Amino acid sequence: MKARVLLSLILLCGGLAAPSARADDAVPAAPAACEVPPYLLATDSQLHKVADTVKAGKPLEILVIGSRSTTIPAQEDSSYPARMQAILKEKLTPAETVHVSVEIQSKKTAEEAASTFVNLMEAKAPTLVIWQTGTVDAIRSIDPEDFRGAVTEGVAALQNAGADVVLMNLQYSPRTETMISAPPYLDNMRVVAQEHDIPLFDRFAIMRQWNDQGQFDLFSPSRGPELAKQVHDCLGRALAQFVIDAAHLGPAQQQN
Amino acid sequence: MTIADQVTGSTIAGTAGAKPAEAKPRVTAPAITLPAIGERELRLDLFRGLALWLIFIDHLPPNLLTWFTIRNYGFSDATEIFIFISGYTAAFVYGRAMLENGFVVATARILRRVWQIYVAHVFLFTIFLAEISYVATSFENPLYTEEMGIMDFLKQPDITIVQALLLRFRPVNMDVLPLYIVLMLALPLILWSMKRRPDVTLALSAVLYAVTWEFDLYFSAYPNGFWAFNPLAWQLLFVFGAWCALGGARRMSRILASPVTMWISIAYIVAAFYVTLTWYVPQLSHFMPKRLEQWMYPIDKTDLDVLRFTHFLALAALTVRFLPREWPGLRSPWLRPLILCGQHSLEIFCLGVFLAFAGHFILAEVAGGPAMHALISLSGILIMWAVAWVISWYKRVADKSGAKTKNAVGNADLAGGG
Repeated sequence: MKARVLLSLILLCGGLAAPSARADDAVPAAPAACEVPPYLLATDSQLHKVADTVKAGKPLEILVIGSRSTTIPAQEDSSYPARMQAILKEKLTPAETVHVSVEIQSKKTAEEAASTFVNLMEAKAPTLVIWQTGTVDAIRSIDPEDFRGAVTEGVAALQNAGADVVLMNLQYSPRTETMISAPPYLDNMRVVAQEHDIPLFDRFAIMRQWNDQGQFDLFSPSRGPELAKQVHDCLGRALAQFVIDAAHLGPAQQQN
Repeated sequence: MTIADQVTGSTIAGTAGAKPAEAKPRVTAPAITLPAIGERELRLDLFRGLALWLIFIDHLPPNLLTWFTIRNYGFSDATEIFIFISGYTAAFVYGRAMLENGFVVATARILRRVWQIYVAHVFLFTIFLAEISYVATSFENPLYTEEMGIMDFLKQPDITIVQALLLRFRPVNMDVLPLYIVLMLALPLILWSMKRRPDVTLALSAVLYAVTWEFDLYFSAYPNGFWAFNPLAWQLLFVFGAWCALGGARRMSRILASPVTMWISIAYIVAAFYVTLTWYVPQLSHFMPKRLEQWMYPIDKTDLDVLRFTHFLALAALTVRFLPREWPGLRSPWLRPLILCGQHSLEIFCLGVFLAFAGHFILAEVAGGPAMHALISLSGILIMWAVAWVISWYKRVADKSGAKTKNAVGNADLAGGG
């Protein structure tokens, strides 16, 4: 008995000592390769209206509705919607027909955001809406059932207004994992996406993948905007790819 | 997890003669009988210890060990085990106190226990405050300005802290103790009623559960929403534990021993496993009837979904059947750590929540990665074991010196109230 306790104490000390030894190699600054495993960008749901619009050569109007994690403070041009527009313009021809506008609804729950959709859609009439939501609801621990109801209503409103819809879930935020419970909101968004057969851009899983693979150190306390800019650049690229794939506009499909 | 019936084991084994003191007629006990206090029911300790370890692992970010937790293999999880065994042991100890010393004294002792749990909860909240305040001042990554909104409550400590003391503001992972406090507060009433009409009490509990579902009753929380574990629903498991402890398990022994029960349980557990599998292997869900899915989902944890409750019952029935009370393995040194942890559940539970905070903190501040993750999980479990061992040791020493003055009345810790 005593020997075993001693052993466990030794192991324990080893466990406590190990972190400090490893603290040195936690330097980030891996080059942003933006790699995303294909399964994280795969979706069975399609964006028919986007496909038709692009194939008909009409201007593609994209509206990103999101909360504050859709922007970087004072760096809007580096945020993922702006980056996505740049990449889409590169990849789709003719270039000038893609336009992305952003509607930030900071500190609004899904329900509060959804109540603005009818007016918003009348004003902007986009072909594609990318709706990023969930964070505010998770912070305020809104009842997940209510959240799902609100997302369902919001998606229905967007679809009724004649747009394709992509849902985007929460950021992976390891530093606040003990304080914000993301899983119920992630699950419910997945359910709504499945029920409505719309693509879900799994921002959470993608960012977690980057963090786990060491491409980004999302624990970094740095106050500078560099990390945020890199992550948003990669998110913008991944999102552009996701839209192209879901609308079947890849080089192979686009030939005719 | 175990329907830790005191007698089933021996009845099955046909050793009726081994029935100890509980066979002694009690003048004051009209409707219920209590098992002998002499020997601890090690299966209770074992499974409560297991529940504590699983709760700790589930509170850490997902990692390799998470795959060993039972929530991945069926509907119910460690919370059910914990609440059931808590109901069982609490009824066992305080039921005895109520028979021997009367309602008032027993109530006073229960309230003392409630106070201990409350203090433990406030202590954990303080640690949470310290962590969150540290993060709020040290972490200003512009990528996460939105997520930092969670710190907003620090701006109104006057409201938040009062709400926390009222158990209405509960941060993530701090839901079990408030549930437990409410259940323990109801315990005097439960025991009082159970002393007279155990079956009626259980039936009333089931009625309350049904009414809760029918009329969507809940405990509201701050700043909005409601309690993650609805005490009005979870009381069913707690009362059921109490009912088993006070003789119900013995009366069920024939049902539990029947092969029909066994096969139903096995079939249900296999079916539940298959359903769980479809969550991880979506291809399998093609074989799930759509009707069944619509009827089944969502499997609600807040209100203790019937599917969860029955899954727990099936697990418990099988455990009781295949793990007899006298199983020699219970004395093996390999299970000692689990049993030790289960014997000091309040302390070890709080320690587990704290260690989960600390684990997150190390992962965040020092280094991440799967190796570190596994190391943290393992060290956490070792720390829980070590602390449980120290508490046991201290208790032994203290009991020895105090033995002359007072006899070993089942104290709150044997109640394992924690």
